[in-house]
Amino acid sequence: MSGRSDTHLREWEVVVGLEVHTQLLTKSKLFCRCENRFGAPPNTLVCPVCMGHPGTLPVLNGEAVRLGLRAGLAAGCRVSPVSVFERKHYFYPDLPKGYQISQYATPLLTGGGLRIRTEAGERTIRIHRMHLEEDAGKNLHAGIPDRSHVDLNRAGVPLLEIVSEPDIRSPDEAVDYLKRLRQLLRATKVSDGNMEEGSFRCDINLSIRRPGSTTFGTRVEIKNVNSFRFVHKAMLHEIERQIDAVESGEKILQETRLFDPVSGRTKPMRSKEEALDYRYFPEPDLPSLVIDPAMVEEERSALPELPEEKVARFCAEIGITRADAEILVAEEGLSRYFEEGLSLLRSPSSDGDAFRKARERWTSFVLSEVLREVNRQGEGVLEGETSVGHTVALLGKVLSGSLSFSQAKEVYGRAVEENKNPLALVEELGMVQLSGDDELGLLVESVLAENPAEVASYRGGKDRLFGFFVGAVMKKSRGKANPEKVNEILRDKLKG
Amino acid sequence: MKNPFFSSLAEFARGRDERRFSIEEVTRYFLSRTEALNPSLNVCLSINQNAVNRARQIDARLVRNKAISPFTGYPVMIKDNLEMEGYPTTCASRILSGYLSRRTATAVARLLSLGVVVLGKTNLDEFAMGSSTENSAFGPTRNPWNPARVPGGSSGGSAAAVAAGLAPLSLGSDTGGSIRQPAAFCGVLGVKPTYGRISRSGLVAFSSSLDQIGPFAGSGADALEALVAMSGKDPLDMTTVDRDPAEMRSGYQSTEVMGARIGIPEALFGEGLDGSIRERLKDLRDALSGEGAREVSVTLPHSRFGINVYYLVATSEASSNLSRFDGVRYGFRVKNPADLRAMYEETRDQGFGDEVKRRILLGTFALSAGYQEAFYRKARKVQALIRRDFLEAFERCDMILTPTSPTPPFAFGEKTGDPLSMYLSDVYTITANLAGLPALSVPVGIDSHGLPIGAHLIGPPWSEGRLLKMADRIAGLYPMPLPELHAGHADGFSEGGRR
Repeated sequence: MSGRSDTHLREWEVVVGLEVHTQLLTKSKLFCRCENRFGAPPNTLVCPVCMGHPGTLPVLNGEAVRLGLRAGLAAGCRVSPVSVFERKHYFYPDLPKGYQISQYATPLLTGGGLRIRTEAGERTIRIHRMHLEEDAGKNLHAGIPDRSHVDLNRAGVPLLEIVSEPDIRSPDEAVDYLKRLRQLLRATKVSDGNMEEGSFRCDINLSIRRPGSTTFGTRVEIKNVNSFRFVHKAMLHEIERQIDAVESGEKILQETRLFDPVSGRTKPMRSKEEALDYRYFPEPDLPSLVIDPAMVEEERSALPELPEEKVARFCAEIGITRADAEILVAEEGLSRYFEEGLSLLRSPSSDGDAFRKARERWTSFVLSEVLREVNRQGEGVLEGETSVGHTVALLGKVLSGSLSFSQAKEVYGRAVEENKNPLALVEELGMVQLSGDDELGLLVESVLAENPAEVASYRGGKDRLFGFFVGAVMKKSRGKANPEKVNEILRDKLKG
Repeated sequence: MKNPFFSSLAEFARGRDERRFSIEEVTRYFLSRTEALNPSLNVCLSINQNAVNRARQIDARLVRNKAISPFTGYPVMIKDNLEMEGYPTTCASRILSGYLSRRTATAVARLLSLGVVVLGKTNLDEFAMGSSTENSAFGPTRNPWNPARVPGGSSGGSAAAVAAGLAPLSLGSDTGGSIRQPAAFCGVLGVKPTYGRISRSGLVAFSSSLDQIGPFAGSGADALEALVAMSGKDPLDMTTVDRDPAEMRSGYQSTEVMGARIGIPEALFGEGLDGSIRERLKDLRDALSGEGAREVSVTLPHSRFGINVYYLVATSEASSNLSRFDGVRYGFRVKNPADLRAMYEETRDQGFGDEVKRRILLGTFALSAGYQEAFYRKARKVQALIRRDFLEAFERCDMILTPTSPTPPFAFGEKTGDPLSMYLSDVYTITANLAGLPALSVPVGIDSHGLPIGAHLIGPPWSEGRLLKMADRIAGLYPMPLPELHAGHADGFSEGGRR
């Protein structure tokens, strides 16, 4: 936090609640049969219903209800047996009907929560509610001067609004909550959580108070902060702004502010006095939404393994650290890749020990090499030439002793770079691991001959020098030597 | 009402099947009659230029194939708040000028699929808000019985069309009495079905929880067939109820005056009701009793709040429904507004008429923060009590009889300066909408000034068939004369064209 000491910050407690709008992965829009898809040419995914033509009526998309239920069940929410759609009124060109159909007094889901883990420890952020609503279109201002255009492709796309309780206490916690929420939505295939395309958007409600206080400070809402980094930045700035204001005797105004990614600051959008009166009332065109308990049970039993459960399983079954498990689980694609690799390695003939060893190698390979490439190049590296099948085959060469681990890493990196099958690359480069006793014996002897002083020290009791000899042999073989064999031969020769 | 070809739907079907006339002939007859009378009556806002073509196509098909329905080739007019793909839908408002519909209303589509020929679209109070058709941006419709009188509203054009014999069947919409009151004023039968019976898809919404589409027809039997054709669950309207439309036919067949229990809310026959209407209804009650019906006294204690509740619920929903007319995507938009706000304000200011603006303001107020509890929400609670009163009353009677309108058709301008007295025109009809019940108005003759009088029947949910049978029996007691029509242009139709 720039210019402000931690001690100073500790005199204040930050209280944050987040509102997330996430687009649902339905085939069609919430109230009409138009396709729900990002990136089509403007106004090509529209019909009289989502353009708000006279005489049209909304027809609820059951798939959206199902996805909403699924998200709620995954987060431990209670399902309202009856919920009500209402109309929220305001005028804006991207809102065709002059009202948005949303849920207000009676949301589809209430309660529940998400476990978060930050350096400050592990906590539950409670969820206040989740409800269904339709997205608005988009006003486009680029292009022709003095004119604005409206694209209604997004109008009527189903959204799930997820409102947390004001349980979040720091920017780190906020970002962790958002990451875990997005993970959950992706794992359950409720949303693609794509922030660049706007399918996962966040509003921040933030206030400050003295630690130990039981009342809340005046809340400021920051609208539409569209990346984790911006959430962090916007919060830091807003916390500082509020502390400065209160400490210099000003009052915090209840208002809505906008985050400007360029300046990294928040600026006023509208005050409480300017707040819109949305005039909510029950949508007369839609009957109350009655949820069939059988559907709830169906969705509950069809829930996939949730990220939290997967982390626990990886820790217990594979014996990796919690931190490593979290890294694997954080990326849905990577964790699927990881698990597919494991099942490929578990050949029926391999005994337990061999499999354990293979699993260790695979875990470390994925967490170092594959993760690095995913971070660098995106999830595309998990498919195609460097698919899980090809990569496991590469690792097989290491396990069978025909390739060293460091050779395999090198090959994988180049395979990604050149978009080639790693095995083909091994052949192309003429890579083989030196494991023959004679060849390695000669290498070892030449290393020992070149370092007589070290040999003498070792034999005099300096055991730690063993690693030095291994390193020297590997270097001489340009990484091609089988390290286990080298160990064996070295031990033998040094005895002598 | 009468035409040279047929006097009922059944007679039309027989004549058509026996080739006594062609569909083209019939269509041309009604079109020329409309052409002759429309300049003076202002019934139609647009004429279907494709009607004769369609009639020819139907005739061609009838050469080879038998008609699929009595409605095949039947001429119909529809209120201009019902959509037909490719045709203008104005709602009698400037704000929809130039708008062409992208879809066809389900009710209309179902009739079209049986082969009806839509002749034109009829005048109404702007967005169906009014009781006299004086709120049309395109001028009022005149009452065929007396051109100095209003035809009622908001479906004044559709009621006048059937009364003047411009079409044997027309469609209207009824939110607080907009079919039944003009039916009474024009001396025709008009039916508002149970809420959820007919899809509202393609009906431009006024008050979504109260609107229903319904027919004007020459008889209960004809209206029954139109209702059956239009009714039933519609995947485009989630408020439609999945019930077999044919139940209305069984209701019609099984009902007789003998033994019918007629509920009489005595309070509604007292103060505020025109004397000649009261007398005629007394006469009707006596006649029905004479035929073996039994009067049952009922009370509807919360109905006295009907008007208040209606003008909160309906205006609230209207203020919301009319938000979409903002000049952004279709219809009227002011030229060169200074900014976005000016575009909204000026477009809506110039696009909407006074009554529509009045209701948008009322509704916006009733829904506002701080007032919603006292107005909109309280109104919804009273609405539930009104419905409960009715359902309790129907435990003791089969249907309830009231006047349709407290007054005979009034003169142009008589109530336009006093919105409250205009709103009172719907005092008897409004509660059926608030309670979601089926109701109809059936003509019971004319008064001493030659103006029609209507009787109003309200039934329990889904009892349209029963009400229609009773309406036919009542109509049989009061044979209606024909209105004396004066065509704007002298031609063969003013009198001589009719039998």
